[in-house]
Amino acid sequence: MPLLRVSSLSKSFGGVHAVRNVSFDVEKGMIKALIGPNGAGKTTLFNLVSGFVLPDAGEVRFDGRPIRGVPPCQVAALGISRTFQNIKLFAGMTALENVMVGRHVRSRSGFLASMLHLPSTWREEAEVRERSKELMEFLGIAALADAEATSLAYGQQRAVELARALASEPRMVLLDEPAAGLNMRETAELARLIVRIRDRGATVLLVEHDMSLVMDISDEVVVLSYGEKIAEADPRTVQKDPQVIRVYLGEEEC
Amino acid sequence: MPRLGPMRPALLRQVAIFVAVFVTMELLAVAGEKSFLLTQVTMSAYYTLVVLGLSLLMGYAGQISLGQAGFFAVGGYTSALLTTWDLSAQRSVGWVAGAARVGLLITRTDAFGAQVLTVHPWPALVCALVLTMTVAFVVGIPVLKLKGHYLAMATLGLGTIVYSIAVGTARLGAADGISGVPPFPFLPGIGVGGSTGARIVNYYVACGILAAVMLLLQNLVHSRVGRALRAIHGAEDAASAMGVDTPYFKVRTFVLGAALAGLAGVLLTHFNGAIGPSEASIMKSVKYLAIVAVGGMGSLWGTLAASMVLNFLSLRGYFGTLDDAVFGAILIVVMLFAPQGILAIDLRRALRLLRPVRGAPVDPR
Amino acid sequence: MSLAFFIQYLVAGITYGTIYAVVGMGFNIIYNTTGIINFAQGEFVMLGGMVAVSLHPHLPLPAAIAGAVLVTMAVGALIELIFIHWLSKPTVLRMIIVTIGISILIREAALLVWGHDVRVLPYFTGNEISSISLGGALISPQVIWAVAVCAVMVMLTTAFFQWTMLGRQMRACASNRVGAAVCGLPIRNLVTLSFALSAGMGALAGCVVCPITYTQYGMGTGLAIKGFTVAILGGLGNSLGAVAAGLLLGIVESFTVSALPAAYKDTVSIAILLGVLFLRPSGLFGAGAATRA
Repeated sequence: MPLLRVSSLSKSFGGVHAVRNVSFDVEKGMIKALIGPNGAGKTTLFNLVSGFVLPDAGEVRFDGRPIRGVPPCQVAALGISRTFQNIKLFAGMTALENVMVGRHVRSRSGFLASMLHLPSTWREEAEVRERSKELMEFLGIAALADAEATSLAYGQQRAVELARALASEPRMVLLDEPAAGLNMRETAELARLIVRIRDRGATVLLVEHDMSLVMDISDEVVVLSYGEKIAEADPRTVQKDPQVIRVYLGEEEC
Repeated sequence: MPRLGPMRPALLRQVAIFVAVFVTMELLAVAGEKSFLLTQVTMSAYYTLVVLGLSLLMGYAGQISLGQAGFFAVGGYTSALLTTWDLSAQRSVGWVAGAARVGLLITRTDAFGAQVLTVHPWPALVCALVLTMTVAFVVGIPVLKLKGHYLAMATLGLGTIVYSIAVGTARLGAADGISGVPPFPFLPGIGVGGSTGARIVNYYVACGILAAVMLLLQNLVHSRVGRALRAIHGAEDAASAMGVDTPYFKVRTFVLGAALAGLAGVLLTHFNGAIGPSEASIMKSVKYLAIVAVGGMGSLWGTLAASMVLNFLSLRGYFGTLDDAVFGAILIVVMLFAPQGILAIDLRRALRLLRPVRGAPVDPR
Repeated sequence: MSLAFFIQYLVAGITYGTIYAVVGMGFNIIYNTTGIINFAQGEFVMLGGMVAVSLHPHLPLPAAIAGAVLVTMAVGALIELIFIHWLSKPTVLRMIIVTIGISILIREAALLVWGHDVRVLPYFTGNEISSISLGGALISPQVIWAVAVCAVMVMLTTAFFQWTMLGRQMRACASNRVGAAVCGLPIRNLVTLSFALSAGMGALAGCVVCPITYTQYGMGTGLAIKGFTVAILGGLGNSLGAVAAGLLLGIVESFTVSALPAAYKDTVSIAILLGVLFLRPSGLFGAGAATRA
């Protein structure tokens, strides 16, 4: 059984078909990429899977369980985490605090326990803090812990957002254009990082424009155009698909 | 510094400063034969509870409320009503007799020397808090779905409804409010209200309650919940994506803020011996808002300081007839020039800047 | 309820309704030009009546009213120039709070100048006992004045925004500020004009109902809340919607008072406000702009 199964998913916004009858599977332990020209519906698809948008038709199943209509906070509790195209870090909080919020679903202290600072709370706090620091070390950004998150350089913010998404030890991570704004060296590092993330046990679904990244690390690629799926196969095959080439004609991709 | 143990070192320091400041104030006031000033400080402390509740909601959760005074009034009026409603005539009715036997009702002498049977202040307090929190919960669920100025106007409207009810209901004393509210007995000899002789006791009771509340709120703000609230304020969508149940946290924070306002309402009503509809007015809510704005959204100590100072000055009549105008002006100035608050400097972070840096943020590559 | 009573309540409702409608329109004019919700709108109504009452001993009534309108327009323009003109990107929320502060200052200034007293202008025609009979009910001719003046104001304003160059420029400001600037429109001046216009409308309405409703330093706040309710009910930005909503609110309020104690009168408008905000924030005649948060 695939970890994520998207079946005949459709969504229109006021007459515009953002996503039209899209179906694909993501197997456990796979790195799958969603590619397509701008406006192809990739981010909408992410929003549909993570619960931010309700589909007009179709189904989404996570580990066999239907998650259509499940609100984002519950989707996170089920084990799906995500990043955003335009990096939504929490302003006014340090990088470490941002990552610690990522671990929200793995902690339980509520209002009363927190106010009274019960032993269960401060033990949990220590654990969350330790795990978050470990994660930042894994991503090589441990030194940024106390910096205000939105004051960091773009590439560093991306890393923090990634750490935040991983803090809940999700079974599946949705990465929305993680390489946007990164140079070639940074992108190569990102690629290595994503592979290590997969090796640590998370399944990865990513949306990307950067073809080198996609071809380098993906096990499978889904190509969208105007909301429809036009190809789904391993990177080599997709690269040679005439329809895909036609859709990308005129776009400069390296 | 790591917070592995029961209390954060920073918090310990802050509480120590708080105690030192307030004890010093008391000693100075008594030494200078001006102990009457302590009365206004006591009242300021109670009003500060209201402001802290609002600060939590606005500064941390990022939700505006122009109706905080309404909750103060619900708490205060409930307690006032219960502790002054003479049930002597119903003495023989089943539940009244039963309640009296259990101690929920007490017989006392009122201001005019008559014997009355009223609810004991403790159960009245519980009722007041329960009612305030229930109203906040019921109202909060739909209201907190609104954002920005719609939320502001909705809460403004709700506060006005409370005011209308207070002013328009005969049972609540209409425009005159309720008076003759008895003192609140905490422990034998220690309570809220009473004669001027109990002034110093009252002062320390108020400070103690304020300190306790501050402790709880500081713990809350530096916890998972505090982070969740700040996350909601920072980027609500991303907070949801990280598993934060935003409606739940918003409503709970709203209710907590209401509870603090209600508690302050009860205590201040017993302290003053009376409550009037002006406590529910828009102007009061605006004042609380102005103080939170000055104190800095997201800085509880800053808000406490601003609240103590501004409330004290206002209660002493320092602003004279221009009292409302002063707060209006404060609101304008802060909102135009420093929307994050004048005292928005986070003292912790400011102090950290002064310490030698252990590991400066460095490009990891 | 007899026909006479019914008409009495209806007329009272229409009278108050026209004020609400004018205040609502004032909100819309400023909102349409700047995206700001000006909580001080109610104070303009109060100022109109107060200033007219002060000028009246020295000037004939029409001149006093004209003077009051001009003074209030100047106040409106001044408010914009002092507090808003230089702001680059004010959020709606921040500006509501600022304008709440401004309304407090105006109110306190009014208290300082005119005190707690309730003031009243003389009836334009006749006096407080002259009346016209309508279906058994006795209606003051002032009501006719109020409705007529406000109706004319509404028509002129609508015509202004619809057909004059200046009006169209002001509308352009709201829908696309950058675009309007690029087209060379004097944005800052148009904003000032919108404040002056709103203030003038409010002041005139205040003068015309003053004989019936009296005026007092504190009446602005309640009017602001009701005006906001009306503006939202009619669809924020929709001026004709505000008119309909204003009349509706006035009438509903009036008939509710016939059933509930007068002290709960304000609760009606707030209940409607909450209802609209919860159920249909784009208003009855939704302009769509209300979803901006």
